[in-house]
Amino acid sequence: MHSWRGSRCLGIVILACAPTLCAPQSAAQAPPRPAQAPQAGRDGNRAPDYPVHPPAPPEQVARGEQIFRSNCSFCHGSDARGGETGPNLVRDEVVLRDQRGELITPIVQNGIPAQGMPKFALSAADITDIAAWLHSQPLSDRGAPSTLDILVGDAKHGEAYFNGAGRCTQCHSATGDLAGIGSRYEPKTIQNLIVSGGGGRGRRRSAAAAPPVNVPPTTVTVTLPSGQRVQGDLDHLSAFVVALRDSNGAYHSFARHDSIPKVVVTNPLQWHIDRLPQWRDADIHDLTAYLVTLK
Amino acid sequence: MKTGALLLSIALCLATGPLVGQGLATDAWPTYAGDYSQRRYSPLRQIDQTNVRHLTLAWLRRLTAGPGGSEGGWFGPPPGPPAITGGVAEEPVTMPGATSGSPRLSGSILQVNGILYVSSPDNAWAMDALDGHILWHYWWKSRGGIHIGNRGMAMYGDWLYFETPDDYLVSLDAKTGQERWHKEIADFSQQYFSTTAPVVVGDHVLVGTGDDLDAPGFLQSFDPQTGDLQWKFYTVPMNQGDPGLETWASLDAARHGGAQVWTPGSYDPETHLYIFGTGNPTPAYTARLRAPRDEHTNLYTCSVVALNVDTGKPAWYFQTSPNDTHDWDATQAPVLFDGMVAGKPRKLTMQASRNGYVFVLDRTNGKHLLTAKYSDAANWAETVNAEGQPVRNAAKDNTVAGSLVSPDNGGATNWNPPSYDPRTGFLYVVLREIYAMYYLTNKDPRMLVGLGGSEQDVVGSLGTSIVAIDYRTGKLAWKYRLTGGSGTGLLTTAGGLLFANDGSGSLVALGLRGRRSPVPLWHAQIGSIENAAETYTVGGRQYVLVAAEGALYAFYLQ
Repeated sequence: MHSWRGSRCLGIVILACAPTLCAPQSAAQAPPRPAQAPQAGRDGNRAPDYPVHPPAPPEQVARGEQIFRSNCSFCHGSDARGGETGPNLVRDEVVLRDQRGELITPIVQNGIPAQGMPKFALSAADITDIAAWLHSQPLSDRGAPSTLDILVGDAKHGEAYFNGAGRCTQCHSATGDLAGIGSRYEPKTIQNLIVSGGGGRGRRRSAAAAPPVNVPPTTVTVTLPSGQRVQGDLDHLSAFVVALRDSNGAYHSFARHDSIPKVVVTNPLQWHIDRLPQWRDADIHDLTAYLVTLK
Repeated sequence: MKTGALLLSIALCLATGPLVGQGLATDAWPTYAGDYSQRRYSPLRQIDQTNVRHLTLAWLRRLTAGPGGSEGGWFGPPPGPPAITGGVAEEPVTMPGATSGSPRLSGSILQVNGILYVSSPDNAWAMDALDGHILWHYWWKSRGGIHIGNRGMAMYGDWLYFETPDDYLVSLDAKTGQERWHKEIADFSQQYFSTTAPVVVGDHVLVGTGDDLDAPGFLQSFDPQTGDLQWKFYTVPMNQGDPGLETWASLDAARHGGAQVWTPGSYDPETHLYIFGTGNPTPAYTARLRAPRDEHTNLYTCSVVALNVDTGKPAWYFQTSPNDTHDWDATQAPVLFDGMVAGKPRKLTMQASRNGYVFVLDRTNGKHLLTAKYSDAANWAETVNAEGQPVRNAAKDNTVAGSLVSPDNGGATNWNPPSYDPRTGFLYVVLREIYAMYYLTNKDPRMLVGLGGSEQDVVGSLGTSIVAIDYRTGKLAWKYRLTGGSGTGLLTTAGGLLFANDGSGSLVALGLRGRRSPVPLWHAQIGSIENAAETYTVGGRQYVLVAAEGALYAFYLQ
């Protein structure tokens, strides 16, 4: 539901984006999401957002798991995430509210006949162990790194597309700038780069993030009323100011009024932006399959 | 009823009685959107296109969150008053922005009788509208919860109401900032968190909440005096026999189905209907367990819903994204206005939804009148069905191999308030046309709880714009490109001005020119703007108020 909110993550985004390419993610409702709960918070100084069940002794958790598997998994699944007839218990409101089995025990011992749950002759101690195991289960995999293989494309199709319909060779070369790209990046990174050209960003930055892609800067030419032209790398642009650094590294900024001075921005990633509405997912997947072979 | 209550009631009547034509009260901002219609159109015209270039700073005031209160300096203004402390936590969590430092002021600010009422997560202030002088500061000791924002307070007479991230409704005495009472409004153990602004309608305080786990959504009504619960409306079926249950795979799925009410609704005094949007279904990123078949539309997720405010009973609904799989809530403001449709006068509501489509409905009965795509980039649906709902293309769900989808998670628009201009019939909306690769990161749908199971990598953008959507056709009259990417909400005035965050750190006044693209006439570079600008008169002068980087900025003509 809530999505990002923070104008405060703006700086990070701008660093990662070509200035005119990316709308920073500040518009929406949520900050970078908390990974999952229980969780350690977004920085070391912060308490978790929600109460964490204190960890139980491992032997109790192991005991609880065994008792669960023998008595409960037939309906609720061996991992308690729901089976043919029983609901997912890990997200269940009673389990979430329960601390040490005090809310779960009466349900297990009395059953819920109306919903087809029989009663179980388990001791309160057994159920406390079950509760300890249930509370040790992660609620969701939100924020966890994925290990799934994204490569489904056809490398041969990808190569043909690269050299043909995709017109990638207008700017790129398999033996030039893209040589060895398959060794430098994970397939998912390569795939995202195919679309973004290097201007986008992932939601998360892993510690083992690949080295940044060498994207040429966005440049700007400012033509003053006198006819004088000032060129350089775009620093920032609004409806009211344009700022750049020239080839000597000197900073220049100009007030903008109406269309004066004339400002022409050249984004080296413009092709990738124009391409966004046209992509077919299958072509993206095929290109990825091809580029990962460029070891 | 106290005198203050009477005054406010009068203010609200002024604000909401003439839904057609007049717009906001001119001397107050008594509720979330200024009035119940959520048009954010002010009839004030003291500041107009001819003089807006003389708009200048009346005052600015930095605020400091937490028990430390405002920091005074040797050379600065005197420190603010010490914070009045409330809250139930024995060991409150420590959180920059809530317990110290600069607060995030992303909500609406009330202005009643010359006093501003300002809120941020766990904090509330009263300030003099003439100079920003702080009259009191209230701080809530928090037990936690997602501190993502606070959208503002509600007022009833001399009493204020706001929600806390750890799920309390707090009522304060507006004169002193002293707490009157607090009520727990949602189950913290299910990870509810509360950000929205309550809305007072008659003798009801209407309160929504949020949740990012698999918990059911609801709207509650509380007694403004006692805080007693009057009614509670679940937005998903909770029991056998509840309407809409047939749109879910099972009762268990429905009871964990989301549809949170995390933004304020609109109110139509003629029909006594409170009209609001609901959030996405949960688990958010897979339909396999909650909606395995086409008829499983998952009501009332991603819907505009109308309730009778006195009974809490539903009158009608319209679902904007049946069986959503992208976390695209329909919580955007359902703006109320009257207009002509097919040659007949109609009472309308219009929502530019997070999914990139705009919907026009008859607000008296929910009858669908128009659907249009206002985001060129939106690519997740190929058709619109006979009911006017975009039909989700399953190939654009989260996939293991990745799907290129627009909007990104944040949506074509989000909580950012739009503005409706009755002179043109245009709804002005901040539009984000961003693309992301949507990856499914777990093949077992049972593991996808809440917002789990998805990784979304932003890979490009066609840019952010302000668009003018004509309610008669759904077409864009114009599209004004912003050089930056943000946009925190809009305000239109009868002075022919549209106040906006330009996304590059400026509050900008755009001169509206009908169907022609607007032109920037004035701006002030104040940093990252956090809310939508508001306007009102105090002492005969029109002010424009906005928040940026933990400070309030008030502008007027000198």
